Amino acid sequence: MPSTGREKATWGVINVVVILAALIPVLWIISLSFKDPSTIADGNFFPSKWSTENYSGIFQTSEFTDALRNSIGIALITTVIAVTVACMAAYAIARLNFPGKVLILTAALAVAMFPPISIVGPLFNIWREVGLYDTWPGLIIPYLSFSLPLAIYTLSAFFREIPWELEQAAQVDGATPFQAFRKVIVPLAAPGVFTTAILVFIFAWNDFLFAISLTSTNAARTVPAALSAFPGESQFTQPIGSVAAAAVIVTVPIIIMVLIFQRRIVAGLTAGAVKG
Amino acid sequence: MSTTTAGRVTTTQPKRKKISDRAKAERRLGWLLCAPAVIVMLLVAGYPILNAFVLSLQRADLRFPDANKFIGFDNYGTVLSSSLWWQDVFHTLIITGISVAIELVLGMLLALVMHRAIFGRGAVRTSILIPYGIVTVVAAFSWRYAWSLDSGWIPGLLGINTDPLTQTGWSYVAVIITEVWKTTPFMALLLLAGLALVPDELHEAAKVDGASAWQRFWRITVPLIKPAILVALLFRTLDAFRIFDSVFILTAGQNNTETVSILGYNQLLNRLNLGLGSTVSVLIFVMVVIIAFIFVKGFGTSLAQQRGET
Repeated sequence: MPSTGREKATWGVINVVVILAALIPVLWIISLSFKDPSTIADGNFFPSKWSTENYSGIFQTSEFTDALRNSIGIALITTVIAVTVACMAAYAIARLNFPGKVLILTAALAVAMFPPISIVGPLFNIWREVGLYDTWPGLIIPYLSFSLPLAIYTLSAFFREIPWELEQAAQVDGATPFQAFRKVIVPLAAPGVFTTAILVFIFAWNDFLFAISLTSTNAARTVPAALSAFPGESQFTQPIGSVAAAAVIVTVPIIIMVLIFQRRIVAGLTAGAVKG
Repeated sequence: MSTTTAGRVTTTQPKRKKISDRAKAERRLGWLLCAPAVIVMLLVAGYPILNAFVLSLQRADLRFPDANKFIGFDNYGTVLSSSLWWQDVFHTLIITGISVAIELVLGMLLALVMHRAIFGRGAVRTSILIPYGIVTVVAAFSWRYAWSLDSGWIPGLLGINTDPLTQTGWSYVAVIITEVWKTTPFMALLLLAGLALVPDELHEAAKVDGASAWQRFWRITVPLIKPAILVALLFRTLDAFRIFDSVFILTAGQNNTETVSILGYNQLLNRLNLGLGSTVSVLIFVMVVIIAFIFVKGFGTSLAQQRGET
């Protein structure tokens, strides 16, 4: 398709508009986080007086650092367990013949559509009785059950694309079953597994409802829940600077991850939904 | 992964035996591998929803634990006859309907841009993944401070002199913009995946026959990506219906923006009324089932078609 200068300009404008729309709220919260506390409420988009005071502020108490620790720990453990369990199930669904497969996929889909608010009350009640309230496992367990459907769908879509005959071919060529699995199947499956891990991590990192309902102290409160509970300077001022700084800190890793792994994220998001 | 390895060995080994034994072993392995996932999903989604149903039939208030009593469907009567419940259903449906409609249009435009762009495709795709990846609470805070009269840039831009987040109309605008900004990328990516399946030859042929771009879009693209559109709509509608995070941060349900999820949360965790709160939870669950049912029934054929294809 020959492209004229005018066409190029039109696409350029469209691209810039889209990119700006996607980035403005991010730029705004970054700009807020670097505003000096004296100018934080001036309403300018860009800081008139730069400072890093907001950042040093949130690291002075354990409120934020504890929440960051909890967020990272809970999201990582959820990711490892969910991906392992989902790999097993997705392998079975993609490769084996057994009755009940459709039932399992339907159940997973039902859980994916499930409104979390519907089980928050019972979980709150049960967790307090069995001592899981305000603990890491108390959050990891619900995160597992809500991320498993996504993980199973994404992984089985990926696994179906793997040319499994290669494994037999390797065995014919003299590889042991384990060698065939490790040298042929694992490298082929790795991108799908990795993509799923990113999606599960983003899900666990993002959750707010379970985090505010099932925690009460710094022992297990994650960053989203801590942000909503940040204390202001006084009862009447909003903790804008601290929230902005903390928000930027939890957003940066995600943005870096998205930038590095964008192709895989796109593949994963659409594999589960469109091919499922 | 080690379990999977072991699994391979057991399925390939009994090849020499009778086929039924092999099928039996495969069956057993399949169940074994799926068991952990099924158990976790059942335990944490299945059991609590039953528990919620049981609680919804009781007078169960954590502040008055001695007054617990089985009261049948009284809680349902209380909730369904209260205007608060129906108002909140109305708010939720408005937010869901408007957000999803805007997302569909914007998502389609974005998908077309990413599909057709001569250059900058990668940059656009990368930048729209940022709203998807960002924590919802963080996005909501960013928008809240942007709208707020004392700290934000939006009131000045629009020339508003009262705090927009204390007014019903602006609150809805803010909530819907936050929702649309955060989730349009997901919609766009699903539609883009659908667009990739439309063969270019069809467009070329229609072009030769003199069809305009507008005609080609409605007569070729839309019918062919209808399954992708429906899946995207179903996912987003159910997701928007349970909206919680952004409303909680932006308005906390003030100015008539309380959604059903916020209502359930307040009943359960602020008022500690497990009976009424669970009733609201069960009703939300029922409404989600109804919405899913309408989608699947109404568009069942095309969803089934799509399954058949893959």
